[in-house]
Amino acid sequence: MNTLIALVGLGVLCLLFEIINLRKLLVPATILGLLGVLALTVSEYNMPGSYYGNMIAVNAFSVSFSSLFIVLTIFLIALSHNFYESHQSKLSDFIAIKIFLLSGAVAMVSFGNLAMFFLGIEVLSISLYILAASSRLNLKSNEAGMKYFLLGSFASGIILFGICMIYGAMGTFDTTEIAELSRSAELPIWFPIGIALVTIGMFFKIAAVPFHFWAPDVYEGSPALTTATMSTLAKVTAMATLFKLLTAMNAEISYQYQIVVVIVSMASMTVGNIMALKQANVKRMLAFSGISHAGYMLMTLLSTNNSAGNLLYYAAAYSLSGIAAFAVILYVCKNRDNEDIVNFHGLGKTNPLLAAILTGALLSMAGIPIFAGFFAKLTLFSQTIQAGYLVLVIVAVVNSIISVGYYFKLILAMYTKEADKARTGTPVLIYGVAIVSILLNLALGLFPSLVMDLLG
Amino acid sequence: MDVIYLLVLLLVGALATYLSGDKLASKVALLFSLGAFGYSLYLLNLLEAGVNLDYTAAWITKPNIAFALKTDGLAMAMLLLTTALTPMIVFSGFGNDYKNARSIYALILFMSFAMAGTFLAADGLLYYIFWELALIPIYFIALLWGNGDAEERKKAVLKFFIYTLGGSLFMLTGFVYLYLQAGSFLLTDLYQLRLSCAQQFWIFMAFFLAYAIKIPIIPFHTWQAKVYQKAPTVGTMLLSGIMLKMGLYSVLRWQLPIAPLAAKGHQYVLIGLSVAGVIYGSIVALRQKDLKKLLAYSSLAHVGLIAAGAYTLTLDGLRGAVLQMIAHGFTVVGLFFVAEIIFRRYETRLIAEMGGIRQQTPKFTSMFLLLVLASVALPSTFNFVGEFTVLYSLFQVNLGFAILGGLTIILGAYYMLKMFQHAMLGEVNAKPFADVTFNEGLLLVLIVAVLFFFGLYSKPITDLISPSIENILIHINR
Repeated sequence: MNTLIALVGLGVLCLLFEIINLRKLLVPATILGLLGVLALTVSEYNMPGSYYGNMIAVNAFSVSFSSLFIVLTIFLIALSHNFYESHQSKLSDFIAIKIFLLSGAVAMVSFGNLAMFFLGIEVLSISLYILAASSRLNLKSNEAGMKYFLLGSFASGIILFGICMIYGAMGTFDTTEIAELSRSAELPIWFPIGIALVTIGMFFKIAAVPFHFWAPDVYEGSPALTTATMSTLAKVTAMATLFKLLTAMNAEISYQYQIVVVIVSMASMTVGNIMALKQANVKRMLAFSGISHAGYMLMTLLSTNNSAGNLLYYAAAYSLSGIAAFAVILYVCKNRDNEDIVNFHGLGKTNPLLAAILTGALLSMAGIPIFAGFFAKLTLFSQTIQAGYLVLVIVAVVNSIISVGYYFKLILAMYTKEADKARTGTPVLIYGVAIVSILLNLALGLFPSLVMDLLG
Repeated sequence: MDVIYLLVLLLVGALATYLSGDKLASKVALLFSLGAFGYSLYLLNLLEAGVNLDYTAAWITKPNIAFALKTDGLAMAMLLLTTALTPMIVFSGFGNDYKNARSIYALILFMSFAMAGTFLAADGLLYYIFWELALIPIYFIALLWGNGDAEERKKAVLKFFIYTLGGSLFMLTGFVYLYLQAGSFLLTDLYQLRLSCAQQFWIFMAFFLAYAIKIPIIPFHTWQAKVYQKAPTVGTMLLSGIMLKMGLYSVLRWQLPIAPLAAKGHQYVLIGLSVAGVIYGSIVALRQKDLKKLLAYSSLAHVGLIAAGAYTLTLDGLRGAVLQMIAHGFTVVGLFFVAEIIFRRYETRLIAEMGGIRQQTPKFTSMFLLLVLASVALPSTFNFVGEFTVLYSLFQVNLGFAILGGLTIILGAYYMLKMFQHAMLGEVNAKPFADVTFNEGLLLVLIVAVLFFFGLYSKPITDLISPSIENILIHINR
């Protein structure tokens, strides 16, 4: 609860910084503030409770995921300093929007009431619409923002419609009461329909096939830092929210629903990976890779009773490697007009450290030990086999092999080609973010229990 | 606990090599790899004295994964092979002037670390992690320091990577399935499992994919020749000398004891595939014009025979396989080094462009001849001990297999001696061939000495590995 209030306060403070002309202090001050909020959040780990008539429900799940979101936001804000160098005057707006986005994300994992959930998702989405279109004079960015806004608001509409259905069936927005009522034998037909509609809306937000069409264009068109935000923070937030929605509202997920999840999961992995093979633009490639990772994460929905820890671990592994990768992309593609693979030629010679970090991040996404991505996939696969979906696991394994193809395309470009232009400068914050995030990823890989055991 | 220090030593060595800069890298790497070899001799001493070197510590609670290392005679033999070949491989690179030398030497040591870990691990998942870790350095070594056309090399190396990773992922799925049955990945717990025939079949197949690709067994060998040819010689040595032994060792350590019924049920198919590799490799080797490719196919033939020995499931077969693994490791490193020595002087790997070297360098020629003879299993070489034991075990299973397997010696003698003739003998070559340097000579003498010493007196190794092989057989025949 305190997290949410502190975050909103911090966002307002960011706006005030601009007025009192302390722009230079903005990034460090915000990071410090976020670290404070992180400490505040972690301190609530052992103090579950509900606030404001169960509008907000704090528990281990919400605290762990909120902490992950805050860490990711710290990285994203640290990257902002360098990224917005040329638009100094808008820096505080961009940072404040990111903080508000974070508050939306926190609300999405700690809601106790569907109204609060909807508020959270709207705060998050509207912030993202703005960020997607934030490169005002760039046509592609405008297109991305517009496309994301149109399709995103459509999805929000579907979610809202689903919530109404659930309200019609249960007569309440409160998730605990809904969960109680859903255990009764006679369920009105409106309830499963509502759940299905909400799920479709969330599938859209996590870009699962067949609701993924917006992702590649929006990822490619948006400014790189916004793409980083979408593919790490926004994606894992939506995934965690979907998980929480399903666990909070109904104790048993029906068999038919699971089959749908299996199919969507398989389709996301396969389509995402196969499309990624063909891409020449790195952001687009990562968009498709993100679609396939959404497919993997959906596997956690098949055994909701004990897979919360796995989801947290997978989300952390995926988003940390994503942050490391995007930090390198931001460095390489600064002052270039696109993010094609050509730009990465020769990075292994000019910046061996950054090339090694990007290699590590890609290896983690491909699921190679000793990186966290490996354990994430391992526990996911073992849990899914246990739940009895062997075929799904085999499809996932085959997909892991396919994914090596395009991750290595980038690695090959870095190490075997010659650089065409010189790269200059060693921006401290970018290096710092890249190093810290890949080290965190490695630490998770060496000690998976640290995160895995947070959620039973 | 003592064993861990060996792994730490190799890992620290890799780091120190990287930090020592391009000029010192090769020397630092040699120092650390020699240190590791010395330390593993000390470990051997402890083991012979009856000290229990096994080590287990809790690592991850959920899923239940332990940091478990098992050092019995078999693992110790493989460990010694690794730590003995690593300094040799590092030393063989002294004559080359690598770009970015610190990285390649660091990668060699890192790979040695991962391979040593693979041989020692006694927890399925830990083993899998080391197994995969070994793949990353060799990928970069072959990619960045390899020779030939860059585009073609990229393709070959990526194919190798995807093949081996794909195979291993199926092995991982097999391990996950075993974990759900046993509740742990520990080797000892997996040995206790009593799986049904059908379960064993699928586990066996999942493991087989990984091992057949790594070894390689026909028809999973297609990556091999190209990668051996394109990789730099140190990479080829690592691949053929040690890395493919990971596959063979895993057959003995993991595949056969966990799924013995499947191995028994399909014994003829397995031996048949392995022996087919022997014949195919030998025949294709006959037609090769490139020295490295010829050696690659001859290696395919030899490991086919080793695999056949392992799948006989007899004491002799398993023991012969292990002996031949060690012998082949040294021989193949020696032969690839010879190819490198010739390349350093003639800038070619085509046998047709060599010839007439003997009269210029009689010493080098004798060393090369001894290696060739060892490779075709001349009596009194270590290879003879191994191949003879394997052929004997094949004879126990079926006379036909023994005859077909025996072809490896006849065909081997034919293509190796033919190659030797064309490469070394004949009219004096117009191009001058500088005599081998002291470093090159020293390494060749060392390898030949090892091969002949153990050829005449193989008892120390047999004594070292026999108890653990008997133990494995007990699990196979339970």
